[in-house]
Amino acid sequence: MTAQSVKWFWYASPQTFYPVAGVIARWCGAAAAVLCAAGLYIGFFVAPTDSQQGEAYRIIFIHVPAAWMSMFIYVVMAFWAAIGLAFNTRLSHMMASALAPTGALFTFIALWTGSFWGRPTWGTWWAWDARLTSELILLFLYLGFMALQAAIDDRRRAERAGALLAIVGVVNVPIIYYSVQWWNTLHQGASVSLTRAPSMAATMLTGMLVMALAFWMYSIAVTLLRVRCLILENQ
Amino acid sequence: MKEFLAMGGYGLYVWGAYGVTFLLLGVEMALLVNRSRKCSETKT
Repeated sequence: MTAQSVKWFWYASPQTFYPVAGVIARWCGAAAAVLCAAGLYIGFFVAPTDSQQGEAYRIIFIHVPAAWMSMFIYVVMAFWAAIGLAFNTRLSHMMASALAPTGALFTFIALWTGSFWGRPTWGTWWAWDARLTSELILLFLYLGFMALQAAIDDRRRAERAGALLAIVGVVNVPIIYYSVQWWNTLHQGASVSLTRAPSMAATMLTGMLVMALAFWMYSIAVTLLRVRCLILENQ
Repeated sequence: MKEFLAMGGYGLYVWGAYGVTFLLLGVEMALLVNRSRKCSETKT
């Protein structure tokens, strides 16, 4: 075993990870607050009114970052679940469990804000459109993961069962992402992609990216604090 | 100020979306702070 891998396993021990998580959580929490204030300022005072949607479009500054986080957190959760299954590391399963509530929250926020945007823009709160339906399934996957873990008394069995569900459910993430291309959806296509120039004003894009960064920092901080609780509770 | 809150007639939708988002994030943080206070009390 190399020195490098020994170091990784050292950090994988809950006891050594506990104080590290506290420090990272504090810094990320502070960064989240600053970025959120900056993002909201850009979103409400710098970005211009949209020529077609008026002021209603300002919902996208939380809708798009929340939707990104909902998918990304699920992938990270499935990753830790897979690591936990493969190496039987306690901390990996704790990471997966700690991510689930925040992921579910962002999924709900994405659906909620989307609904409040859809009402004035599409004229409906909800449609059984491919994007919306697959995002709703994501919410059920998160809730199912948490319910399954809570329902099994034996902790090891609960972790393994939850991990399996998380890994199988990851199939849904590309479906959400590509749904706007694969099906003829009411939901519009991606406004931001790595391969094309963004189809929106620069200040709008900046506001969205800053809010996305704020949600990232928030998620890291909250997840690490929850991992610390899980470490203490499972001692 | 009144104009800002009206959001060009979309006030209900914009503030409905933002309000619920930050309310939920606040609730999550409050629950978490409460939980970490509880578990560090019983263990130390």
